[in-house]
Amino acid sequence: MGIFDFLKKSNAPASKTCKTCGTETDYARLINNYMICPQCGKYMRMGAYERINMMVDEGSFNEIDRSLKSVDPIGFPGYSEKIENAKRASGLPEGVVCGTAKISGCKTAVFAMDSHFMMGSMGSVVGEKITRLFEKATKDGLPVVGFTTSGGARMQEGIISLMQMAKTSGAVKRHSDAGLLYITVLTDPTTGGVTASFAMLGDIIIAEPKALIGFAGARVIEQTTGQKLPEGFQRAEFLMEHGFVDIIEDRRRLKYTVANLLKLHGYSSVRKLR
Amino acid sequence: MSETNRAYDKVLAARNSSRPMGGYFIERMIDNFVELHGDRRFGDDAAIIGGIGYLNQRPVTIIAMERGGTIEERIKRNFGCPTPEGYRKALRLMKEAEKFRRPVICLIGSSGAYCGIDAEERGQGEAIAENLYEMMTLKTPIISVVVGEGGSGGALALGVCDTAVMLENSIYSVISPEGCASILWKDSTKAPEAAEALKLTSRDLLERHVIEKIIKENNRTTDEIISELKNFITLEIKRKERLSTDALLEERYKKFRKIGA
Repeated sequence: MGIFDFLKKSNAPASKTCKTCGTETDYARLINNYMICPQCGKYMRMGAYERINMMVDEGSFNEIDRSLKSVDPIGFPGYSEKIENAKRASGLPEGVVCGTAKISGCKTAVFAMDSHFMMGSMGSVVGEKITRLFEKATKDGLPVVGFTTSGGARMQEGIISLMQMAKTSGAVKRHSDAGLLYITVLTDPTTGGVTASFAMLGDIIIAEPKALIGFAGARVIEQTTGQKLPEGFQRAEFLMEHGFVDIIEDRRRLKYTVANLLKLHGYSSVRKLR
Repeated sequence: MSETNRAYDKVLAARNSSRPMGGYFIERMIDNFVELHGDRRFGDDAAIIGGIGYLNQRPVTIIAMERGGTIEERIKRNFGCPTPEGYRKALRLMKEAEKFRRPVICLIGSSGAYCGIDAEERGQGEAIAENLYEMMTLKTPIISVVVGEGGSGGALALGVCDTAVMLENSIYSVISPEGCASILWKDSTKAPEAAEALKLTSRDLLERHVIEKIIKENNRTTDEIISELKNFITLEIKRKERLSTDALLEERYKKFRKIGA
């Protein structure tokens, strides 16, 4: 099943309404416009398959570990039902989609998180899928390009979800020690335990304009410290100003920029230079 | 006493202001302790104490979270909530330990990483991520001990290790029970139920193979507790030092790799 088919088959609506300006736009037109509101220019949040569809060469994506399913490791009240509801509402098995693909001809490992599945929170399945992807990329000598969006660690899995931060970071380290490139693209919103693990560990960190990126929640900071948050706090531009993001890139140029970086690092559509 | 009360009682005990914290353990476990300050980048975070000393005649690097005793000290130490500088200081000292083949002991006890505008400006998330990443391949044994409240990512930033230990009445959790209750049930007074659901006691973590050892506290004096902890760490370091570096790092990777697989 191709991604286009999936998008058609999944519960994609006929149209979507922009949360900023209220304009309703035909879904097919939005997809062609990179999920940017044609009226006000707002970057709508993208689903994992929409993102992959936008970024990789047509027909090149091979999904891996799609069938990994969440268990309820600490028997948290209501968690099993919540997972079932999230699956139904999002049409996704979990909060991240992983696989291999070609980006302008360069073979890469790719992951895309999806905020429509329990806010892209990281439980054991998300942690395991990310870890397996990095292990596969290390074994096969592939770069990793990853799109993050997450509310952080999934509290319904308790300490098990916290430990996914260490597990994924360890897999990223091994990939890096093998001399392989990791590009992260931080999208709105990337927070908590995902920011404090694999999101911030890219060799190159790209962010989408105005994406919310941070560790602690803005409201929590305001309540705890009583300080008024500055304009643009925890936005991509704020992170760049403070030295934590390499590039802020227009979504329409993202594929070109990532492909260019892959090629600059010696990954080629023709042969492996490494 | 109901189950609910039991987990939350541990939470309250772990937070109790009279409970010994990092500095107390350093004082009683380590001889000739020399404190080393600063992250060589921006500042020195008093919420984390780090330095070198002898553990049973063996030089070690020890890094501990400390919230302070008196009100003045607590303010100075930011109530034990580390800033990015604290995590960067910890990593700097770990790298120094690696260079001189000295084992590392981390003592964890904090409600969490400091949450504030300045902490975000200086990359709290990046600082924690960097520690998880670098600690996974640090070429010297690391023993981490949760002595109080092990609060989320801010605790884990000193928790990537070869052997994880908890004092019996300490806790270790992805989120505070209050935070969990207020997000999930919009009611922070349901913290006792959340504490139960989160499975955050030492016994819960041992059962799930997240930690390797519990040091008993109940019906024991502080001296007895510290003495057992000291001996356990000493033996554990000896055991880990017998491994080749490759084997040590492979075991460390696998220890975390198998959680939630």
